[in-house]
Amino acid sequence: MRYEAPDTLSGAVALLAGATGEARVLAGGTDLLVQMRADVVDPDLIVDIKRIPETRTVTEENGGWRIGAAVTGAELKEHARLKQAWPGVVEAANLIGSTQVQGRATLGGNLCNGSPAADSVPALIAAGAVATLAGPKGTRDLPVEDVMLGPRQLALTKGEIVVSFLLPPRPPRSSDAYLRFIPRTEMDIAVVGAGVSLTIDGGGTITAARVSLGAVAARVLLVAEAAQAIVGSRLDEAAQKRLDAAARAACRPIDDKRGTVEFRVDVAGVLARRAAVIALDRARGGAANGGGRSH
Amino acid sequence: MAKHHVEAIVNGDAVEFLCETEETLLDVLRDTLHLTGSKEGCASGDCGACSVTLDGRLVCSCLVLGCEVGGRHIETIEGLARGEALHPLQQHFLEHAALQCGICTPGFLVAAKSLLERHPDPTETEIRYWLAGNLCRCTGYDKIISAVQDAAAAMRKG
Repeated sequence: MRYEAPDTLSGAVALLAGATGEARVLAGGTDLLVQMRADVVDPDLIVDIKRIPETRTVTEENGGWRIGAAVTGAELKEHARLKQAWPGVVEAANLIGSTQVQGRATLGGNLCNGSPAADSVPALIAAGAVATLAGPKGTRDLPVEDVMLGPRQLALTKGEIVVSFLLPPRPPRSSDAYLRFIPRTEMDIAVVGAGVSLTIDGGGTITAARVSLGAVAARVLLVAEAAQAIVGSRLDEAAQKRLDAAARAACRPIDDKRGTVEFRVDVAGVLARRAAVIALDRARGGAANGGGRSH
Repeated sequence: MAKHHVEAIVNGDAVEFLCETEETLLDVLRDTLHLTGSKEGCASGDCGACSVTLDGRLVCSCLVLGCEVGGRHIETIEGLARGEALHPLQQHFLEHAALQCGICTPGFLVAAKSLLERHPDPTETEIRYWLAGNLCRCTGYDKIISAVQDAAAAMRKG
């Protein structure tokens, strides 16, 4: 098994594009090493992208934020201004695993592991994040909701890697939140996850929203109907009921040991509603209400 | 393929070792460097018995490849005591009997030290969340939490 740790994007892309056997990108390794250990994957080549500066930095970019694909959850948590701008994205990333896992786990790895239950992905999709990819034909941008096609299936072509994510500039009175349901308090995989990002006007009416649901379909969903259900409202009871119904209607979950179809559909509606309430409170300037854990 | 030649700093000492790509940092620590204080519990990042710090960041050494750590600083349980003098956390774990079989203890100590370096006065809730990735199947955690709280108080007094 060959291991390479190039310090340039072009170096990483050339290695991956030229690979003859199975090649894997290593970011934090919290999924890859477990899969190698369990003999789920046995790559011929591992390309560690952590020595590439573009994957390891958080920078402001034209009023938005660019987050390197290999920045760890612990680093995001310590970034006060990013956390203030995008609390939902940071709280979602921080729900992945333990303190130890946070020391290694990355947004790029969480997305590219290709799990529909990945915690950071609904938050990124709700945020309108765009993934910047580098490949043999150059770089391209892809909305996060278009990166994952299904379980373990990505829209990336041979030799392409996710370099960073761009969170767009946002108007005043905007915020986001992410909630997940797990049956314990920590260290578990989402049974359902819901991310909501929204903007309100001076009167408190929602002018824009994005809603994303995780672990209720083969890929993380961007639910336009759920966003439409609350835009133009002040998230009154009727709007919350519409949001709940739209979120439920979008679900196409599986039955498994962690949750039944009926349970996941129910919880998706509840979490979408609660995440919207938290995002709205934050957009109004409130800080009392915390997203993240729901149990 | 030739083994990787890696140079790193472990507990303040320069070390070099050879490893295969698939060997984890935990494998290297235990089998090559003979630092067997870090334990292998689950080998999947769930139990925390292999906790070390890598450039000051708490990680599971079972989720790090040995070949990744070139030029980096690693601190293990062997670096906690100063000669014969136990670290306050070790002392308070003993006083509280915060261990039974002891397999999880090195990981708890390394993780708790990392917490107290960042938060010298953590609440019980903060301690419990910080240590959620360290599993103990013997003690039921309360003694561990008390030991960390008392060690933190002792360390704040200096």
